[in-house]
Amino acid sequence: MSEPAVADTRRLNSKPQDLMDAYGPPSNFLEIDVYDPQIVGVGRNRYTTYEVRMRTNLPIFKLKDSCVRRRYSDFEWLKNELERDSKIVVPPLPGKALKRQLPFRGDEGLFEESFIEERRLGLEQFINRIAGHPLAQNERCLHMFLQEESIDRNYIPGKVRH
Amino acid sequence: MSFFGFGQSADIDIILNDAETRKKAEHKSEDGKKDKYFLFYDGETVSGKVNVTLKYPGKRLEHSGIKVEFIGQIELYYDRGNRHEFVSLVKDLARPGELTQSQTFDFEFTHVEKPYESYTGQNVKLRYFLRATVGQRLNDISKEKDIVVHTLSTYPELNSSIKMEVGIEDCLHIEFEYNKSKYHLKDVIVGKIYFLLVRIKIKHMELDIIRRETTGTGPSVYHENDTIAKYEIMDGAPVRGESIPIRLFLAGYEMTPTMRDVNKKFSVRYYLNLVLVDEEERRYFKQQEITLWRKGDVVRKSTSHHSVIASQRFEGSSNPDKSGCQSNEDHES
Repeated sequence: MSEPAVADTRRLNSKPQDLMDAYGPPSNFLEIDVYDPQIVGVGRNRYTTYEVRMRTNLPIFKLKDSCVRRRYSDFEWLKNELERDSKIVVPPLPGKALKRQLPFRGDEGLFEESFIEERRLGLEQFINRIAGHPLAQNERCLHMFLQEESIDRNYIPGKVRH
Repeated sequence: MSFFGFGQSADIDIILNDAETRKKAEHKSEDGKKDKYFLFYDGETVSGKVNVTLKYPGKRLEHSGIKVEFIGQIELYYDRGNRHEFVSLVKDLARPGELTQSQTFDFEFTHVEKPYESYTGQNVKLRYFLRATVGQRLNDISKEKDIVVHTLSTYPELNSSIKMEVGIEDCLHIEFEYNKSKYHLKDVIVGKIYFLLVRIKIKHMELDIIRRETTGTGPSVYHENDTIAKYEIMDGAPVRGESIPIRLFLAGYEMTPTMRDVNKKFSVRYYLNLVLVDEEERRYFKQQEITLWRKGDVVRKSTSHHSVIASQRFEGSSNPDKSGCQSNEDHES
């Protein structure tokens, strides 16, 4: 074998890219919005619900466009299910704000506008981080949370197969 | 050294015969400092002189013998009491007696076997050194002189490329290819990453070189990983069908040849780690071992024959033309 004075650094041969692949819509589109907080109920039994809208073109999600209403405790349920069943490190939720639930506050407590906005943002970041994780996408609880009208807490946990 | 005040003592110096012509190589010590040492190859003769200089001229120095040793030794940092000598040669320079004046002794270790490369790592050290000793009743007077040994190889006969398809079902499929599996220390890794399926949001991709030093055997094996290089090869999101080229020049990094199971005491192996990072900082990676080897430099007419001799004793295909291609080619740095 002859020794080259300069190493051969030419690129390896590769297949030319299809124009459709190059300029087509990306196949990793996933966007989840948490918005439109609404206060539900009366008196001491009030709580806030948020609209969770998902738009995607990932084949693992049955619906490409879905819209559901969820409250904070639903997000907590999802976090617990994933921590138990999936191998992922689940990101933190925005705080529980127990202090805001005590009486004799000077402000609106849990229904203070700025607090709701802060929580909304935290929930949006949380759900977007999880939904993009390939291992979380295998869990039935995530699909139920995002795409079914209501969460059946008696469901049978498991993996999604397609 | 005598306890009683003005006992006679001596200083020892070890000088190599070819100190003027022999090349030196840089080597990092345990505490990270870089120093230059004389460079030797397997089979080369180590010859020189031992100067014993009396501290107080005129006074006699009694001794129980003067000798010089050539030692190749492996030292595990967690077990420093048990240094393992794999090469141990001795030349007696003087029988027990006395020195009445400073004296110089010649020595020669002919065609010494130096089977492994000098290595100073995180948990283990392999070194070669000369040690001259003037035997005394209580504490011997001795001096050590370290040398550095490089092991050379030539182009391997079989050097297949590494090509593999990996991925996460329905999320990410890539095919990666590296042009060789065995690279010399000044080589270039030429490769490509071809994206078959991209359903995650990738932020960037990098190629890391990891050195794994393994010490100990059986139940007490210990691996220490070090990331030697991080080289970003792609910034931004790829799509299906896209091919990202790789061109990584190894000469810029401080690496040693791959050392496998040296004297059954330690190994030093190198891995390429392809890492993809998505927008949520999740890391997807694939590690692949590569073999590194040291290529002998092309010899110029003006320098010594050492490298030529050493680079001709090899495994596999030796290049008979090597000694012929001399001054017209540039010295490969």
